[in-house]
Parts: sequence; structure tokens; C-alpha cells
Amino acid sequence: MKALKTLGYVLALPVLLILLWWVSTLGAVNFFVPTPASLVGKFGQVWFGPRFLSDVLPSVGRLLVGVVAAIVIGVVGGVLIGSVRWLRALLEPVLEFFRAIPPPVLVPVLILLMGITDTMKIAVIISGCVWPVLLNTIEGVRAVDGVLSDSAHTYGIDGWARVRYLVLPSASPQILAGVRQSLSLGLILMVISEMFASSSGLGFTIVQFQRSFAIPEMWSGIVVLGLLGVSMSFIFQWAERNILRWYNGQKEVENAA
Amino acid sequence: MQPDPTPEAMLSVRGLKKVYQTDGGDIEAVRNLTFDLRAGELVCLVGPSGSGKTTLLKCISGLMAPTEGEVLLDGKRVSGPPKKMAVVFQEYGRSLFPWMRVRDNVELPLKNQGVPKAERDKLVDEALEAVGLAHVPRSYPWQLSGGMQQRVAIARAIAYQPEVLLMDEPFAAVDAQTRADLEDLIRTIWKKFGVTVLFVTHDIDESVYLGERVIILSSSPTVVQEDIVIDLPVDRDQLETRSLPRFTELRHHVYEQIQLAKKGHRPAAAGSPADSTAGSAAG
Ligand SMILES: Nc1ncnc2c1ncn2[C@@H]1O[C@H](COP(=O)(O)OP(=O)(O)O)[C@@H](O)[C@H]1O
Ligand SMILES: [Mg+2]
Repeated sequence: MKALKTLGYVLALPVLLILLWWVSTLGAVNFFVPTPASLVGKFGQVWFGPRFLSDVLPSVGRLLVGVVAAIVIGVVGGVLIGSVRWLRALLEPVLEFFRAIPPPVLVPVLILLMGITDTMKIAVIISGCVWPVLLNTIEGVRAVDGVLSDSAHTYGIDGWARVRYLVLPSASPQILAGVRQSLSLGLILMVISEMFASSSGLGFTIVQFQRSFAIPEMWSGIVVLGLLGVSMSFIFQWAERNILRWYNGQKEVENAA
Repeated sequence: MQPDPTPEAMLSVRGLKKVYQTDGGDIEAVRNLTFDLRAGELVCLVGPSGSGKTTLLKCISGLMAPTEGEVLLDGKRVSGPPKKMAVVFQEYGRSLFPWMRVRDNVELPLKNQGVPKAERDKLVDEALEAVGLAHVPRSYPWQLSGGMQQRVAIARAIAYQPEVLLMDEPFAAVDAQTRADLEDLIRTIWKKFGVTVLFVTHDIDESVYLGERVIILSSSPTVVQEDIVIDLPVDRDQLETRSLPRFTELRHHVYEQIQLAKKGHRPAAAGSPADSTAGSAAG
């Protein structure tokens, strides 16, 4: 019963919106706005064919590799910079500078350096996604509680054990907040990296459809991007719920007190 | 310059001084402290808030280097957290890992030391049993009351099998009834495990009830005001011991000393410029 209710809340608005869309496209024929039926038809036709292998999968693959690499670099770098005082003093001004650069402007530069390759596209994704993770990790590492840190130290929990048992778990709420930002950035950068001088991928295909006035096809591509974003967000939320069970529980207890 | 430590001293604090350097100038937290703990002693250290008790404990446990003087554990100079020492802090809510269950918290220091699984299990069971928490190993610390969290911290300390156990006002933040239970727990554990205990408190009654000896600190600038033996029976009882005439006398005495210290009266030996080469103190 409760599950049904939850499902109801999740689906109510989407269903309403689709209904609205269906009603408003009933009589009118607008070249740029397809009806739901034609979009669904096109959707299957366009994406469940050879395009799935040639465009969708490679895009998603690059997105995953880029985001995962950004998370690893961000967390490792963040732990280092957050723990080593002189490194932080040295890097902080530079980090602010690099973070301020909008990643899309790097695309032409990276094309010059790496050519129009998968590596270039992944590099674009990394160059944008790494910052939220890196900066949040630094902040989380610096916020490790002093008493907890002293406790660990008196029990000889130092070096790698300190990182594993104290620093990473303690910073995990901030790290995950950074990852959340990176995921949505990653999707945007995946599309952008394929819009410049590319010959395959989701971003390329959508632009291609638009240029050839294949409007329902174009819309269906946008729907694919939306669905991709939503599924990433669901997977992330599930992971976050499990990793931060302790954190949410603790907060609940604190708020109740 | 300092008297030699007594040969059987387990823990020896020699001419310890700590000055914090801050942007607002130097703060002298501890001026000159010298005392010894014999192996297996239970000593209370009592002093008013701000008298540098926590500072002293951080120096003893190797978390912080003293400005002058030294700490000897079993004759060896302490320069970092020694393996033979465990510390229980006042802030129980911030000394346990909130992402680990009770049992994992107690087990972690042993695991980190590479103690084999079977032995680890035995030590953890024993420690949880000793503090009366054998029934909550799968809870998270934040699901427990303050008193129970502090028990977990104590269990973690004794599972580590330290030779010296330092406690920094461990019961200052729990309610009176729980506090009485925990005080008795400390005496029980002390007898059972034969560990050397240095128990820091600002509570005069607590120091007399718990200690075999009480070291009274002066208010800032901090020196040892007096070091007295508590000649109460070994088996103590919250009601009976506290109603003994001797308890009242001792308590009275400690109180008087602290009042004297507040008025600036210093013991003859400590703090006089003649017995110390310490430079003029700021703060
Ligand atoms: N990290 C620090 N930096 C500067 N001053 C400190 C620091 N820690 C403690 N103090 C000062 O040292 C004095 C003793 O503090 P503390 O050792 O915490 O005393 P107690 O534990 O007896 O209350 C106080 O005046 C306090 O303000
Ligand atoms: Mg203190």
C-alpha cells in the first residue's frame, strides 16, 4: 500500500504533463512540436537499432569513464591537498583559477592537443567533473573532528589506516555532495564534447537531427538524455543512501534531541 | 635540575611546561609539573577549569610536545602516542567513529595492530562484558545514551590492553546517576585489569572517591599544589564510603587546598624561581 502511494507521487506529475502535451497537440500541427505518439514511435525506431551500439553505448561509456576518473582523481588529490598544509598553501590559488575556467572552452584546446579522439572527449568530461569532487573532498578532509583525530592518533591509527578508517568516512558526506554535482556536469560535458567536430555519439546525433530538420528524432534524443540523467541520479541516490546511512541516522538523532 | 623519577615509576612527569603560541600572544597553560605514578596506581588529578589538565594529558599521551620538561613512560621519553597508553576523552560523542558499529569501534585499534582475529574477538568480548555492553555490539554509537557511549570508549581502551589509562574528565557530561555507576566501573576495571590509571577531573568529591592518591593542581599558572594519599578502604561504595568521616575530612582538605591555590598561595617547593631554570613566563 505504502509502495503504491510512493509510486503514485513519483508518477503523478509526469503523467499529468504528458496528458497536457497530448491534449495540446491534438488538433494543431506544429512542425517543431511532435505529438506523444509520433515521438514514442520515433524513439523506438531511432534508438533501438544500430544507433544504440554506434552512438548511445560509446557516449555512455565515455561518460562513465570520465566521471569515475574524475572522482578518483578528485578524491585522491583532495585527500592529499587537504592533509598536507604546504601543498594546500601552494595549490589553493591555482585551483581557484582552474576551477573558474568554463570547461567547454577547453574543447578546442584539447582537440588541438589530442585530436578528435575518445581520449579528448573523456578529458573534457574529467576537466569539468574533477573540481566539485576535489574541492569538496579538501573541505571534508579539513573538517575531520579534532577529538576523533586525537583518538585515532593515540591508538596508533596513522598513515593509510588513518585515511581509510578516519579521513575518507568522515569526509564522505562532502565527497558525495561533490559527486552529485559532477554527475550532472558530466552529462552536459558529454554532449558538448560530441557537438564539436565529431562523427558519432548522442550529442552529435541530436545536432545532426536538428540540422536535417528531423524534429521528432531530435526530441527523442533529448528524451534519451533526460532518461540517462534520471537513471544516473537514481543510482547515485541509492548508493548515497547506503554509504551515508550512519550520517543520516546520526543527524536524525541530533535533530530529535 | 628535577628530582630523579622514583625507580619503580611507571609514568613520570618531569618539570613539564606548556606555552601555547597564538596570534594573540603566548598562553602559559602549565607552568611546572613534576609527579610520578607507580605501576598499578589509580591517581586522580584535580584542578579547576582552565588549569591546564587537558593540556597536561595531551603532553603525557604524546599528542603534543611540551615546551619544557619531559614525560617518561617506563623510563622512556614520550615523543608520540605510546603503544602502552590509552586515552578516554570527555567528549564521548566525538571520540567514537560514528560510521562504525560499537563492536567495530572497540575492535579497530586491535585490528590496526595486526592482532589475530581469534584473540581480537576474545579481547573485544571481554571488554564489552566488563563495561556491561555485551548486548549492543551491533548498534551505532549515536544510537546509545551518553553514558553508554562513554562505556564503549572505555571498552575500546581496555581491549587495547594499555599499561597506562588516561581519562580526561570522562564523566563531566553525563547525569549524576550514570556518573556514579561509571565511577564504580572505573574502580572495578582498575582492580580487574591491574592498569595504571590517571583520572583527571574538576570534581573534588569524585577525585577523593575514586583515587588512591589525589594530585591537586593550582589554578593558572599551574603547578602541583599538593599530592595526598587517600587512605580509604579499597572496596568503595557510593553511599557508605561517601558517608565515612574520613571521606569528609579528605574532601574538606582538597577543597581547602584548591581555595588556597585560588588565592595565590603556592607550595614552597614548586613554582619558586630558585628551583627552575625556566625563563620568565608570558601570559
Ligand atoms: N590549542 C590551544 N591554543 C591556545 N590556548 C589553549 C589551547 N588549548 C588550551 N588553551 C588554554 O590553556 C589553558 C588550559 O586549558 P586546558 O588544558 O583545556 O584546561 P582544563 O582542561 O584544565 O580546563 C586555558 O587557558 C586555555 O584557554
Ligand atoms: Mg579539559
